[in-house]
Amino acid sequence: MSSGMLSTFLKRGAIWGFILVELAFFSIAGEQMSLSDKAFMDLDNMLLLFKQSAPIGIIAVGMTIIMINGNIDLSVGATFALAAIVLLDSMTWPIFSGLGDWVIPVAWLLALLTGVILGALNGFIVWKTGIDAFIVTLGSMLGFRGLVFMYNGENPTSHLNWTLVDFAEAQWLGLHTATWFLLGATAIIWYIMNRTVHGRNAYAIGNNREAAVNAGIRVGPHMMINFMIIGFLAALSAVVFYSESGSVNPNDGELYELWVITAVVLGGTKLTGGSGSIISTFGGVIAIQLLRKGLGHIGADTETVNLVIGMILIAVLFLDRQLNIKGKEELRV
Amino acid sequence: MPQITKASIGRFVARQGILIAFVLFMVGFTFANQRFLAPENVMGVIRSSAILGVMALGVTFVVISGNLDLSVGSMMSFSTIVVLDLHDKLGPTLAIPAMFAMTLCLGAIIGFLVGYLKLNSLIVTLGMLSAIHGLTLTYSGGKNMDIVDKEGTWFSVFGQGDALGVPVPILMFLGLAALLGIVLAKTPFGRKIYAVGGNGVAATFSGIRRPRVILSCYLISAFCVATAGLLQASRSLGSQNTVGQGLELEVLAAVILGGASLLGGSGTIFKTVIGVLILGFIQNGLLLVGLQFYAQYVVTWVIIILAVWLDIAAKRGKLLSPIA
Repeated sequence: MSSGMLSTFLKRGAIWGFILVELAFFSIAGEQMSLSDKAFMDLDNMLLLFKQSAPIGIIAVGMTIIMINGNIDLSVGATFALAAIVLLDSMTWPIFSGLGDWVIPVAWLLALLTGVILGALNGFIVWKTGIDAFIVTLGSMLGFRGLVFMYNGENPTSHLNWTLVDFAEAQWLGLHTATWFLLGATAIIWYIMNRTVHGRNAYAIGNNREAAVNAGIRVGPHMMINFMIIGFLAALSAVVFYSESGSVNPNDGELYELWVITAVVLGGTKLTGGSGSIISTFGGVIAIQLLRKGLGHIGADTETVNLVIGMILIAVLFLDRQLNIKGKEELRV
Repeated sequence: MPQITKASIGRFVARQGILIAFVLFMVGFTFANQRFLAPENVMGVIRSSAILGVMALGVTFVVISGNLDLSVGSMMSFSTIVVLDLHDKLGPTLAIPAMFAMTLCLGAIIGFLVGYLKLNSLIVTLGMLSAIHGLTLTYSGGKNMDIVDKEGTWFSVFGQGDALGVPVPILMFLGLAALLGIVLAKTPFGRKIYAVGGNGVAATFSGIRRPRVILSCYLISAFCVATAGLLQASRSLGSQNTVGQGLELEVLAAVILGGASLLGGSGTIFKTVIGVLILGFIQNGLLLVGLQFYAQYVVTWVIIILAVWLDIAAKRGKLLSPIA
């Protein structure tokens, strides 16, 4: 085994190893400590786990390509809430009253369009002004959230359409609708990042922007497309989730950006850009949801989950750095 | 005497853009509503900005040293809950120093991770945001914290009292701002912070112990957070576990509005105070003009983007970015 292979293997496979450890731990600990006598590795439980990780997971896939590109998006939580409001409210608009259940695709389209427009706005500002994406999206996080609150004050926006609820609760081949959307988003984004010119250029820009510019890659449009994709995915996440629940509070989606970034970083994507993998992000999302469910299963309080996830995030960062330093002789400063 | 040319005026506008915007806002709001500049209104605005402001002072240090602190919001919840809980168990005289010590410990942990272990501050403080939130919930058991005897305690003096006719929160905010402003601008320690943030490698080669400077910045930030927690606890004498949630980004917005660069090495306490006041006065002014409360967020968004854009456009000498 040549040197470096171990660290590469550890880095690539780490998140899946971590998931296996979690599964083993919670299965064994669950036997001893759980209040219910249902096994943790129950099929229904696992299916539910996929479904519950969908809202964060769909956004996390988008955040991965933003971070590969060397940017960050803090406004996804607010985009999520605004798209949800557009979805639920547009179904009650008088102009669509004659459509019957055909209002559903129209409402979906409007909500997704909202996400794309908000994302495009972020991307356009980053492109044309040259302000760091962190600041741009920090500002639009406040701004989009302001729009959410201006829409309906502090009241929840509610509308239940039973056809839509049936669709959202359906199971096809055993998997829930939300799970299919998560898998679909992951597959499509994986294809974009690994099999298209746009994906290759996005990696190149994140890895070395100057070199990418010299190679004739137009940095701006690629960044803007990525922001539109994450806006679309944030809206998709909202559409999938609120089709079922039918009611959105103006605070919904707050701190989502932080959960999403946590999942992406656990999956091994670098904040500095240029490296990262969609599949590993998927692993990171599953790992976090598994941790939440598992800790709940063995009777730990919800507050412990925050504590544990925070510490794991820092530990991952530390381990990752140790592995990287061994790989290359870094200038010690 | 320097010549006044078109270019120098442009530079002046760009450099002092935020101050000019502040003055324009004040003038505009004053014309729109007579009550805007009334002393009690001005006092009210500064007073309600004090908690955010105190936290922003500490974050300014961290940002100038080239790092971020996203954990200040949940750390503030922590110190508020702790001081309220200890108030009934130990009495206020012991509770306050105990709370400061515990908050400083959290700051030291972050400072150690970022300074000595050289981990990315964004992710470390993101992790700490989550971890400290969990710690607070574990500490309180998820319940709201309340002081039992709200009438018979002198503890309320920090948040509700007056001294020399000025509310105590304002005095503490401006006093701390003056103190930290002097530390940052007039001491060797302050210069080291700028050096570390401006060019960490060069600072190391000039013999500055970078890890120690970064640790100190996080300790200052934690101290400011503890002060903010004290103000919050004393003002309401009871609190939820999530009282500081989301504040980290608002604080950062104020610091950025003040003109500190996220890359480190630039920013001043004075400008941060202006940033905090702008946020406070915009919120107040828009309400007085009759806009709904939440419109302030949208206006803040536009102002942040314009302020930062103006700043970097002046530095590169072109309005649009060179990104192809």
